[in-house]
Amino acid sequence: MSTTVPKKSSNPIPNRERIKMPRQHMPEQPPLIRAQQFTEVNLGYSAELARQEALRCIECAKPSCTDTCPVGVKVKDFVQLIVDGDFLGAAAKIREDNVLPAITGRVCPQEDHCEGGCLLKKKGESLGIGYLERFVADYEQQHFDVKNIVKAPPTGKKVAIVGSGPSGLTAAGDLVQRGHQVHVFEALHEVGGVLTYGIPEFRLPKKIIREQVDYMRAMGIEFETDVVVGRTVTIDELLEEEGYDAVFIGTGAGLPQFMGIPGEHLNGVYSANEFLTRINLMHAYEFPRYDEPMVDFRGKNVAVIGGGNTALDAIRSALRLGAGKAYVLYRRSEAEMPARIEEVKHAKQEGIEFQVLAAPIEFLSDGKGWLSAARCQKMELGEPDASGRRRPVPIAGSEYEVPLSVAVIAIGTSANPIVQSTTPGLNTNKRGYIQADEISQRTSRKGVFAGGDIVTGSATVILAMGAGRRAAKGIDDFLKSGQW
Amino acid sequence: MEFDGADVFKIIQAQFIAPGIKRFILEAPRIARKQRPGQFVILRVNETGERIPLTIERSDPEKGTVNLVVQSIGKTTHLLNSLETGDSILDIVGPLGKPSEIANFGTVVVMGGGVGTAMAYPTAAAMKRAGNRVITILGGRNKDLVLLEREMREVSDTVFVTTDDGSYGDRGLVTDKLRQLIENGTRIDLVLAVGPIPMMRAVAEMTRKERIRTVVSLNPIMIDGTGMCGGCRVLIEGKSEFACVDGPEFDAHRVDFAVLVQRNSMYRDAEKRSMDDFGPELEKRAMELEMACALEAKR
Repeated sequence: MSTTVPKKSSNPIPNRERIKMPRQHMPEQPPLIRAQQFTEVNLGYSAELARQEALRCIECAKPSCTDTCPVGVKVKDFVQLIVDGDFLGAAAKIREDNVLPAITGRVCPQEDHCEGGCLLKKKGESLGIGYLERFVADYEQQHFDVKNIVKAPPTGKKVAIVGSGPSGLTAAGDLVQRGHQVHVFEALHEVGGVLTYGIPEFRLPKKIIREQVDYMRAMGIEFETDVVVGRTVTIDELLEEEGYDAVFIGTGAGLPQFMGIPGEHLNGVYSANEFLTRINLMHAYEFPRYDEPMVDFRGKNVAVIGGGNTALDAIRSALRLGAGKAYVLYRRSEAEMPARIEEVKHAKQEGIEFQVLAAPIEFLSDGKGWLSAARCQKMELGEPDASGRRRPVPIAGSEYEVPLSVAVIAIGTSANPIVQSTTPGLNTNKRGYIQADEISQRTSRKGVFAGGDIVTGSATVILAMGAGRRAAKGIDDFLKSGQW
Repeated sequence: MEFDGADVFKIIQAQFIAPGIKRFILEAPRIARKQRPGQFVILRVNETGERIPLTIERSDPEKGTVNLVVQSIGKTTHLLNSLETGDSILDIVGPLGKPSEIANFGTVVVMGGGVGTAMAYPTAAAMKRAGNRVITILGGRNKDLVLLEREMREVSDTVFVTTDDGSYGDRGLVTDKLRQLIENGTRIDLVLAVGPIPMMRAVAEMTRKERIRTVVSLNPIMIDGTGMCGGCRVLIEGKSEFACVDGPEFDAHRVDFAVLVQRNSMYRDAEKRSMDDFGPELEKRAMELEMACALEAKR
């Protein structure tokens, strides 16, 4: 990797010309068509578009795209391989640092990482790194035979991964590449964690997750579903009875938060986790072919409360299920919204109505136990709070009602206590998240590591993957040295 | 379960124990090893199936088996009860929920209504082992729907049976028997009631006045069973709690039963549609099996 001498660029275009080239648009389904179906919005670059886009890279001497990537993908190198037309080489280059390229190429908030650091952004538009990553990953899926995966010599060490979400999959991928035997436990019946239950088909097709997981199986990773660690088997049993030398806990930020306002128990009020799990994991959008039902809100009003990616995933799903009107109710302004820019853009194109600086204070009943409206309050922005974003302050006398059949609460999650409460000696912080070292991801228990949302609270796929990557290194160091 | 591909949970034995009620003995070694009284599993029959919570009647850690008792009510339970010995179930996860609090309380009255008895049974047995005097009251609409009487007798000091139609035991409801016990001055330290919601609510109302500690096992709609979705939230003294991780057992006097009934009705239209679409075929199959079972029993 690092021993190769930097080769001369094969890009024939002078740098001053490259910065003038426009960013290649991602082909996508027309908004009014896609708003009625769950198939993927973005259609992906063709080889020609990918190469055109790759030619825009100005090959910085000190590329900040890599520095800003939580897993350190060597962006410049893989982009140059695209310029060369070596798409499989580009995929292999990404895989040195990222075992889930087809997933991050779709759901990573690139504007906060690689593309945010891209120098081209200062001149106009950043390089389409996410789009290029996605292209390369999809090309690899179609053209690479997993039989050609080179396996590392076995170390004889066994590692259990608890949770098959982004952090667990990443840790698993990195560990198996170091020759350790890796076994992944998943509580649900399908692998992928939040990628599977949380992110809808139109943004991340299940097929993509399955393909990436199949690739990991080909790498030698074992998966076991239907195991709730803490209930079905404990961390101590894994270490003492099942012969694992180390355990990584990547259980995610499990418990949905509710608002604690009147009427939250009404029929039609959902947590985003439940709403999305019904649709994504349980295929409620294919009812009655699949048995899991969803409240029938065709033609009726649906609102999501919150402004993150989960909120937008929920409301765009509601639109696809036939909601008459679909609202985002967010208590701050659009500038503070944590959602990816592309998702906000897509949601608006599809006809989602944004009511910002507004929050419900009560859910009202139709008298028969069903939601009929939300009583909301308008907000204005005050001083920045602990998150650095300006705090929403209620405006007195600004209450108004929004008639609603379904409300989806997407205001965040808190720590799921199942593993912590069944693992003696595993330290947690005040909010119940597991305490882990920021570099090695070690916990207070010997041989036990943790990372992702169960350590940090709700974050993004790529940040969880970064933690999985650090944990894999921490685990590898521990297995080699035996030192704690 | 998926373990490198396609493992499933095998049905070692499936047998109707009453009309429309089947007992399954399933191979699930991990669950069998960990199950404690009061816990449950969530299962998914097949690829297009929904996830439903079900009571664990008992388990055998040595053999690695778990027993479930299933009553045909909606599509999924009908589908389940059409399965036979040798068939398999795609996914079973557990044991879920907090185990029952077992201690020597003194005298414990265990009330089982219909299939609720299967959930009450392991707790009753554990209460007996913990040194309690166990008085059991079993109820059903008729004689056939009084379940696990033999098993309950083995772990109880006294067993009373009531049926709605008087076809067996005393005519009336389990709460009638409870009232008698209270009126007779029987000392009761704890009541455990597991059964249909109206029964549990009636028990709660009766014991509240008498200030008898009462525990009920709730059965809201669930999906993941790990606290992730919040669909099973129940209103406990005005506060939302999750039956899958905070329960399924709760202090009966703090439960808002009206909200439980209301939330359990959320998918009534969809459930009806599922049964209308798939029901006739399944019911026919279940009936045939029942008849075969009944014939065999006669022989």
